[in-house]
Amino acid sequence: MQATYKEPDELGYYGEFGGAYIPEMLYRNVEELRSNYLDIIKSESFQKEYQFLLKDYAGRETPLYYAARLSDKYKTNIYLKREDLCHTGAHKVNNTIGQILVAERLGKKRIIAETGAGQHGVATATVCALKGLQCIVYMGEKDIQRQAPNVARMKMLGATVVPATSGSKTLKDATNEAIRDWINHPDDTFYIIGSVVGPHPYPDMVTRFQSIISKEIRTQLKEKTGSELPKAVIACVGGGSNAAGTFYHFLDEPSVDIIAVEASGCGVNSGMSAATTQLGKPGILHGSKSYVMQTADGQVVEPHSISAGLDYPGIGPMHANLFATGRGKFLSATDKEALEASFELAKLEGIIPALESAHALAALNQIKFKKDDNIVICLSGRGDKDMETYMKELNKK
Amino acid sequence: MSRLSETFKSGKKILNIYCTAGYPKLDSTLSVMKALQESGTDIIELGMPYSDPLADGETIQKSSSIAIENGMNMHVLFDQLKDMRNEISIPVVLMGYMNPVLQYGFENFCKHAAEVGIDGLILPDLPQHEFEKTYKSILEKYNLDFIFLVTPETSEERIKKLDELSSGFLYAVSSSSTTGGEKDFEAVERYLQKLQTYNLKNPVLVGFGIKDKKTFNDACKYANGAIIGSAYVKIIQHAQTPEVITKSFIQSILN
Repeated sequence: MQATYKEPDELGYYGEFGGAYIPEMLYRNVEELRSNYLDIIKSESFQKEYQFLLKDYAGRETPLYYAARLSDKYKTNIYLKREDLCHTGAHKVNNTIGQILVAERLGKKRIIAETGAGQHGVATATVCALKGLQCIVYMGEKDIQRQAPNVARMKMLGATVVPATSGSKTLKDATNEAIRDWINHPDDTFYIIGSVVGPHPYPDMVTRFQSIISKEIRTQLKEKTGSELPKAVIACVGGGSNAAGTFYHFLDEPSVDIIAVEASGCGVNSGMSAATTQLGKPGILHGSKSYVMQTADGQVVEPHSISAGLDYPGIGPMHANLFATGRGKFLSATDKEALEASFELAKLEGIIPALESAHALAALNQIKFKKDDNIVICLSGRGDKDMETYMKELNKK
Repeated sequence: MSRLSETFKSGKKILNIYCTAGYPKLDSTLSVMKALQESGTDIIELGMPYSDPLADGETIQKSSSIAIENGMNMHVLFDQLKDMRNEISIPVVLMGYMNPVLQYGFENFCKHAAEVGIDGLILPDLPQHEFEKTYKSILEKYNLDFIFLVTPETSEERIKKLDELSSGFLYAVSSSSTTGGEKDFEAVERYLQKLQTYNLKNPVLVGFGIKDKKTFNDACKYANGAIIGSAYVKIIQHAQTPEVITKSFIQSILN
């Protein structure tokens, strides 16, 4: 298999990034998945059930909405891909539906997941309830305290939420704990990773499940504008799953600009940031080689973003390759810029976005587009989960 | 012949003790190593602390965090070990994770390790094909042994392949788990008996779940020796004089 921007080579490399840097204790599980996932995904029974669930359960296809007032303000044509309208409130469910069907076909009975803000945890708990499978979600102790509504949602859906108490007690540590759980349960457990990170084949598998986003965009844009290809596609990047899905079917179209927006927190050089491509160096985190925010000694550092979903010290290997090769343009938005973009979208379009998605919207202030350009922005999630943060802002005003 | 091979030649059952560098105090490294040697330890596995040690359980994770907070890093470690061979004659193996080693520079790391007298490396998250493609030749250049892990889930074919690539010894993880867990010893016995039938070129040391005289002796029935990690790390955490506790701990296993 020859690597492209879209797909890794046989060992899971996108350029120099990716691979499977895992201890031997995980080898059999990862190898089982690697040698089966493509056949499973391509099988008729899988596709039939996956398409059915995406349509009737998750509510796909999601609209591609021409945002007239936002377009007017930025003097270009802006289309929003409405992943916020998916069941559970974000694009995460595209992936968890796919992975639960893979888990089922591998005969696994026990599902584990990591979560930061709780969106992926909720999406995993949801599909486990749907399939009647046991669900254990690892979540940093600090995140459990900050994200009470999502913890309650997971519990209501029947999941067990286990606090990760090691290290910095956030997403990175929840991921470590999930991997340790997997090491300790080699027979019956499937690990549903929430982003395009982890050892091969996870980045590729999750990208494939999210690629439905750009597949729909092409068809919808053709209907609306006569052309499948926009001037640019824009998405926020933490680990990068909504971005991978938004970019996928445009990566081999050189006329389309690929724009990723990272979270720079309080500012790239503030020491409180999550802008991995700007602050990170090549390294290994959670089983793959990519850009990693780390000290000179190679200890992984704790990032900061107002958006828990972007608060991750790494980035998926596919994105690392897009950055290194220059195929993707990487921007960043601060906490403040993201908040402003959220309030702007709410006022101009009547849509309250998730803080993650607001980072993608904030890019509109950083790039000048032409009047006739068609720009697609992935609105990856809705803002319900962020109301506490938004209420604090309202009180300041 | 490497120091590790020499050690196994005697045929006695080998006690390998893991300890984290820079733990419990930054400058404990060498004094703990000396105490281990004096008490009868055959091999020292010295852990290089990492912020995200995936294969390790709670005890060793915690010791790593403490060591990092104490200020341990590769530069400090090689500085502490620079005259190690004046006092330590038993084999010393470094254990750690790929990321800190890559940041230090893999070849640079091997060079410095060899210079201070390190005998081998254990890097659990360095996969076999990467090892063969990129790193094997560097390790050979500096005469460092490289030790792969095998588990009860590793296939016969793969065990033989990893044994072929390893030198010094083969690390048999007693069950698929992180370090410091409780084990079902009958399943471990079946697995170790199976390993004995494979005609491996390397001696086998059993690790994970070995914590006292009984588990050490049980493991030794079917292997060349065993590795104790978490149980030792735990007892020296609050020790004022780790040397004294080390002595009584090792005696309790060997006598």
